[in-house]
Amino acid sequence: MTRDEFRQIAANGLWKQNTSLVQILGLCPLLAVTTNLVNGVMLSLATIIVMAVSGVAVASLRNLIPHEIRIPVFILIVASLVTVVDLLFNANLHQLYLVLGIFIPLIVTNCIVLARVEAYANKNPPLQSLFDGVFMGTGMLWTLALLGGLRELIGNGTLFSGIDMVIPGLHPLQLLPANYPGFLLAMLPPGAFIVLGCLIAWKNWIEARAAARRQRRTPEPVAAGGCH
Amino acid sequence: MDFITPPYLTQNVSVRRVMLQVLAALIPGIATYAWLLGPAVLVQIAIATATALLAEAAMLKLQDKPLGPFLGDGSAIVTAWLIALAFPPLAPWWLIVVGTAFAIVVAKHLYGGLGQNPFNPAMIAFAVCIVSFPALMSQWPPVNAQATFVDQLVLVFGQGPRLDALSGATPLDTLKTALKLGEGSTSVATVTADAAVFGRIAGHGWEWVAAGYLLGGIWLWGRKVIGWHVSMSFLAGMTIISGALWLWNPAHFANPLFHLFSGGSMLGAFFIVTDPVSGCTTPRGKLIFGFSAGLLAYLIRVFGGYPDGVAFAVLLLNLCVPIIDLYTQPPIFGMKK
Repeated sequence: MTRDEFRQIAANGLWKQNTSLVQILGLCPLLAVTTNLVNGVMLSLATIIVMAVSGVAVASLRNLIPHEIRIPVFILIVASLVTVVDLLFNANLHQLYLVLGIFIPLIVTNCIVLARVEAYANKNPPLQSLFDGVFMGTGMLWTLALLGGLRELIGNGTLFSGIDMVIPGLHPLQLLPANYPGFLLAMLPPGAFIVLGCLIAWKNWIEARAAARRQRRTPEPVAAGGCH
Repeated sequence: MDFITPPYLTQNVSVRRVMLQVLAALIPGIATYAWLLGPAVLVQIAIATATALLAEAAMLKLQDKPLGPFLGDGSAIVTAWLIALAFPPLAPWWLIVVGTAFAIVVAKHLYGGLGQNPFNPAMIAFAVCIVSFPALMSQWPPVNAQATFVDQLVLVFGQGPRLDALSGATPLDTLKTALKLGEGSTSVATVTADAAVFGRIAGHGWEWVAAGYLLGGIWLWGRKVIGWHVSMSFLAGMTIISGALWLWNPAHFANPLFHLFSGGSMLGAFFIVTDPVSGCTTPRGKLIFGFSAGLLAYLIRVFGGYPDGVAFAVLLLNLCVPIIDLYTQPPIFGMKK
């Protein structure tokens, strides 16, 4: 695997084909668990594990899986991995497990996982698929972290609430004054849609600006006269 | 030679003119409101207007649109006034700033600006704030609480404790709570006998504010700024359902007049559902829109958990507008149906 290939996988996962901002996949967990930063990050971590391992598994087995029944086979692989992650969370991070609830088992049905397995791991070697899973998951991670952080800050005035469930002894940050009334809308599903919409607009704005700058640097060749 | 093209009978209609007339029509209601409750409502209107104009200017600037014609058309001011009238008059200042900014930035400009918004911006402001800050949005001062202007300003701008004496429930809420607590043993008549909260037909004092809106609405109707379809069908929808339930069980359901003069009914009927942008455009569609909004507003306010249902009813019907308009297109002149 060349350095260029690696760089391209990373750029695709983190920015160009960001699952939440560009592909707009996996909206259900995105809306449901990003009420704070910790939940968003932890669910993304669980998804990263599933995506990385399922990518390797499917890529290694891709020549053995019959084409006609590939989807059920993918789902079986993903489901067994999700079961492992689910049990791991239940055993080690039990309180968080109770908070995330159904959304860990629901990673099976998360279209991000199936989409990457079908679109990438099924056609590429294991190492590339591993990185694809990791970077696609990391793209989801930073978006969910940003979304969760913004929603938590606007809705509650805190950041990292629930961190003590992951690392005992740490305390959430109270960023806004304690008498901040809390903008509840940000914590509700419509708030998630609105903040996600703003993030997508922000990404498009950055890209539009970059494109405009590129165009200015390389002026378009003057069209030679003639008929069109 | 100049060619003259039809239509030959023209009316001098511009957005600015319509909006100014709507503002003028709100004045009787606002005057009654301020007279009964003190000038706090005027302060709220001022805050809302300033916020709306600032938000509008910021959004126009971001889109590189000219400020003059859009700020001057008055549509932002109408939205601001409606928000100020729908919010509790002694709410802290930031509440109305948040509501108004949300209405102008999200409900109006993110959907494309004037004429493009699928939802009524003022009702979006109300819904956002009542969902986010239900406690603050439910504190309505009784009209007979003699608070001085200074007291009111302290409540609006201060961080001080919110006095219980100055923050009661609306008459609608009082009635609903009393009936729920009484569990069948209290009747509407005994609850509304309390002269401190209830007046002759609806809430003490509030009925006169509603009458002021009615007056302004009829004037708008007379000037042909609003049509009769949607206002009348809204009032009809509310009257029919409340009348039917009242006839069935007068001890448990207040009479139609009480509902017409309570909460946001009159403001809604003449100033909210008449919004030409977010409402239906076909005549039959307007009737369906108004009737359903009135019906839903009653159902939400009587059986739901929120103090009033007009905002949610209007927003739900805003969602249905495309499909109502699609199925109520009038036949083209000369064509058979």
